[in-house]
Amino acid sequence: MKNMEDIKSKIAKRKIFNNIFAIIGLLSTMVGLALLVTLFIDLAIDGTPRLSYKFFTSFPSRFPDEAGILSAWVGTCLVMLVTASAAIPIGIGAGIYLEEYARKNWFTSIIEININNLAGVPSIIYGLLALGLFVYFFNFGESILTAGLALALLILPMIIMAVREAIRAIPNSIREASYALGSTKWQTVRNHIIPYSTGGILTGIIIGLSRAIGETAPIITVGALTFIAFLPPSPVSGEFPFINFKWLLAPFTVMPIQMFSWVSRPQQGFHLNAAAAGMILLVMTLAMNAIAIYLRYKFRKKVKW
Amino acid sequence: MKKNIFSRRHIKETLIEGSLMMAATLSIFITAGIVYVLGSEAYGFFKVVSLKEFLTGTEWTPLFATRKFGILPLVAGTLLTTVIAVIVALPLGLIIAIYLSEYAPHKVREVVKPVLELLVAVPTVVYGYFALLFLTPLLQKFLPDLSGFNALSPGLIMGIMITPYVASVSEDSIKAVPMHIREGSYAMGATKLQSSFMVLIPAAFSGIAAAFIMGMSRAIGETMVVAIAAGMMPNLTANPFEPVQTLTSYIVQVSLGDAPHGTIEYKTIFAAGILLFLITLFFNIMGFWLREKIREKY
Repeated sequence: MKNMEDIKSKIAKRKIFNNIFAIIGLLSTMVGLALLVTLFIDLAIDGTPRLSYKFFTSFPSRFPDEAGILSAWVGTCLVMLVTASAAIPIGIGAGIYLEEYARKNWFTSIIEININNLAGVPSIIYGLLALGLFVYFFNFGESILTAGLALALLILPMIIMAVREAIRAIPNSIREASYALGSTKWQTVRNHIIPYSTGGILTGIIIGLSRAIGETAPIITVGALTFIAFLPPSPVSGEFPFINFKWLLAPFTVMPIQMFSWVSRPQQGFHLNAAAAGMILLVMTLAMNAIAIYLRYKFRKKVKW
Repeated sequence: MKKNIFSRRHIKETLIEGSLMMAATLSIFITAGIVYVLGSEAYGFFKVVSLKEFLTGTEWTPLFATRKFGILPLVAGTLLTTVIAVIVALPLGLIIAIYLSEYAPHKVREVVKPVLELLVAVPTVVYGYFALLFLTPLLQKFLPDLSGFNALSPGLIMGIMITPYVASVSEDSIKAVPMHIREGSYAMGATKLQSSFMVLIPAAFSGIAAAFIMGMSRAIGETMVVAIAAGMMPNLTANPFEPVQTLTSYIVQVSLGDAPHGTIEYKTIFAAGILLFLITLFFNIMGFWLREKIREKY
């Protein structure tokens, strides 16, 4: 009988260990959340006092109290415009080709393996690519165009993967029904595949762009200046032809670069500015990701094949 | 009825397919571009500096008057921060993976997974700020020897940064272990904890190894956290309390300065870059291969 007691106590012990692990597991998942919250509170304590209308409408300055992020947020918007207009059409096109058109052969598998590898290449390598290719080979200089294209190349693999995943979720019966009614391949893609995968594609695009907004390393490598006290020429003007593209080749700075340059200074005043800029960046990227996660959740719930 | 290959419809279809194919093929040109740019500039570098000096030299001073081109201090810095990151990320990621796949109720999972994704979304420059101005001063209260710039605090932050990644790849591979293996273990009277550590982890080992390797590759390529918080000092050391410089933060340092196109200083960043590219490529291919292996197994 003693043996039986022994076994019982052993089982009880194991159950306790099991429960302890469940608690450790839950706590571990909280580490990330705790970090996010601490990060946000830390930035908010330092940065909130600096947030004012003036902060958004002033250029950087030698005096921390007068410095602002005007050139940085304008630069970020323009760079994102270039990135989005390059990466979105190419990414969607490539994704559609690989899922709907590509035959299973060596060429397709090379493209697939290649995209997987590109997704793992460190971002600073894209910066070096852009430096060699866009700055010196194509002579775009250290401009908005160069930075936008560098970030486009960086997020392209992410967008392609998201598009493919979204398209893959569409059952074959939809395609077959469309073909049975006599549609061509492109008609099927345009009228069925793209509309049904919009949710997933949109999610991928938003996450990709949010990554591009926060990306610093490749932009430093292509030579963004940290001190820009002017705006690029306006893309829209009152005179004919109303739209111009001179801004593409203008020197620029972006939000993460501005923050980096403030962090690197020894004076405390600039650290407060960095915290304020960081808070804006953090809120922007987290909001974009929250929207993306929400969209994915909503579309996943809505669509039942 | 014969298919008319000159019909407008057919031409349109072909044109569309052609342009979509070009979009897909572009990715190959990106890789080719990376290899060409890094290769050609590094070739210029290796005409001046021998490969042996580059790989075995213990001093890295390309920006000083007496130039030395031994990459080892940068490799040591990269290794040190990466090891610290992995020491944090591997256990944490693995515990999270087991918890999410075996323990967590559906509702907890629905909340935790998006939060982990948000952690990946935070711009790295913000993490750098946090490491330098929050974590380092905090750690200095307990570790008075810690210098203002050090390998420890960016390493720790990078560890938490890559944890979601390690967790999600590990979770996928643990989930891929078929149900009957779990049931076999439960039938023998094992608790969840026992089956997780004695059955599931060994069964999913190659997937977990893949998570570990791919997480490491991310840490190696991470730039801004180390550029901000680790200092910019090439330092051949294993002491996490000292400032170090990594391959990536060296590239940042030179890019911030004013190295004219074509000079040897300019070319050093491509030499460091190609080494970084090859290391991460090797890890990624290995991780990818291990991940495929577990897919074939079950």
